[in-house]
Amino acid sequence: MSTGASATPPNPVARGRQKNPLVDVVADWGRVVVEAAMSVGNLALFSLNTLSWLFTRLPRRETLLQSFYQIGVRSLPVVALTGTFIGMVLAVQSHYQFSGLGLETRLGAVINMSLVRELGPVLAATMLAGRVGGAMAAELGTMRVTEQIDALSSMGANPVQYLVVPRFLACLFLIPTLTIMADFMGVVGGYLYSIYFLKIDQFHYYQNSAEFVGTWDLIYGVIKSLFFGAAIALVSCHRGFHCGAGAEGVGRAATAAFVISFVLILILDLVIGIFLDNIYLSLWPGGASLF
Amino acid sequence: MARRSEFVLVVDQRRKSMSFEQASDAPIIEIRDMSISFHDQQVLRSLDLAIPRGQTLALIGESGCGKTVLLKALIGLVRPAQGEVYFDGRNLAELNDKELAVQRMRFGFLFQNAALFDSMTVGQNIEFPLREAAGRQQNEIDEIVSSRLAEVGLPEAVKSKKPAQLSGGMRKRVGLARALAISPEVMLYDEPTTGLDPIVSDVINELIIQTRSRYPVTSIIVTHDMRTATKVADRVVMVYPLSRLAASEPQILFDGSPTELETAEDQRVIQFVNGEAGERLMEMRENSSQKHGRHLKPESWMPDQ
Repeated sequence: MSTGASATPPNPVARGRQKNPLVDVVADWGRVVVEAAMSVGNLALFSLNTLSWLFTRLPRRETLLQSFYQIGVRSLPVVALTGTFIGMVLAVQSHYQFSGLGLETRLGAVINMSLVRELGPVLAATMLAGRVGGAMAAELGTMRVTEQIDALSSMGANPVQYLVVPRFLACLFLIPTLTIMADFMGVVGGYLYSIYFLKIDQFHYYQNSAEFVGTWDLIYGVIKSLFFGAAIALVSCHRGFHCGAGAEGVGRAATAAFVISFVLILILDLVIGIFLDNIYLSLWPGGASLF
Repeated sequence: MARRSEFVLVVDQRRKSMSFEQASDAPIIEIRDMSISFHDQQVLRSLDLAIPRGQTLALIGESGCGKTVLLKALIGLVRPAQGEVYFDGRNLAELNDKELAVQRMRFGFLFQNAALFDSMTVGQNIEFPLREAAGRQQNEIDEIVSSRLAEVGLPEAVKSKKPAQLSGGMRKRVGLARALAISPEVMLYDEPTTGLDPIVSDVINELIIQTRSRYPVTSIIVTHDMRTATKVADRVVMVYPLSRLAASEPQILFDGSPTELETAEDQRVIQFVNGEAGERLMEMRENSSQKHGRHLKPESWMPDQ
């Protein structure tokens, strides 16, 4: 006895689409909106679940140290390299603009301010999203596809506590270090290029830098980086956990992890930037320097 | 060689002495009216199944009929849309995450491709459930790991290797050693012999029988391998794909001892046991052409016509 798939009635939605293209368009957009809302809701629940584990049971030290090493230590060279080159590129571009106005000596202020407030944190986060975010999504996605996450659950372990929390903590705690490294190397790169290649006066370069760039600017960048790190870890792990089937699913998860993380970094950069500026101005009106 | 044959004979006699009829009546696992769907697709429908303590049950059926889903539902990895799963008298749906984790530690699960953790060595893989269970000293853990490796016939040297360095059969045996590490009450095997050569497949069968003889364990084996089902199991349950069933038909087509399989009344059971495709290829092509909007004549499916 066999009923077979041939006995299945035709899909009414598919039939309707053929008849009315407008319904088709509305249905497609509706599906996109619903799926986007569900993804955001799902990510929010995933994030809450991760945060709740921080207050209940922390991962084992060896698991944590391994994540710290993989995410933090191994990202240092690429972040340092990026920071150095960005500092030098900033020197080249700023010099081109400022030399026409006779303001070459102000180069230090522009380069260093740009680096510690914006480029250092954003580039460190972008490199982390590319190097670590994609890898985390691919690793967790592969674990999902090969049933390793199910295996964890079957042995009484909680996959979020075991796999996500160490990665989240590593990104959260080590991104400030990576940001400071990017800042430092950028400042050094910009300084060396300005002094030795562009022949800017060393004294004025330093004086202008010290006058315009304060500790608050450095803290401002580091605070932003904390949000970037949290976003990268949560988005990448979430994509890995909800990876589609097969190699294609893993590839898509890795790509989506980077793209979504990068967009979030840009959005957070703007929102937190405005928020921190407002806080600063409300506490110290007139823009008086805190430090 | 002779000693090995004796061992196998003793194991076989022990296994047969605990026959389907003689197994304990109190079910350790009970499924009541369970249905499971993924999105719009229903995989399991109104399933009822009781598994007595100590029984070895083989769950057979075509690919995609929901055998693995059923296995995962037994430890709460998949949640039923309807119905309940009881383990040792407790409804899994009523347990919180912590209680569910505790219940899961009473199970051992050998996954289809072993699902060993790539980032860990073999030794760390086997240690994992022992560490999760907690309360054991390192020397005790080391002893258990060594003894489980010996049980599945793997040398100590394998402990330091990564899963990627092992063959398919070795991975399965490491998976079995990991599943047995905490001496589970219930062993779940998901296609334990799939993808292995006949000799290694039989080694895995022997290990399942051996496990059953050494530990008072209830076993559920998902397989398409009829040799595994008839050699290892006390009871065989055949599940049929919903897409090929009428709405009024039960999804379990056969439930009995392995010896009754050959004399089953339902031709679909006989067809599966004998591995006969029958008209299936024609049906598949018909379905495929309908899905693609093509209406090919049956003659065009025939080669060289």
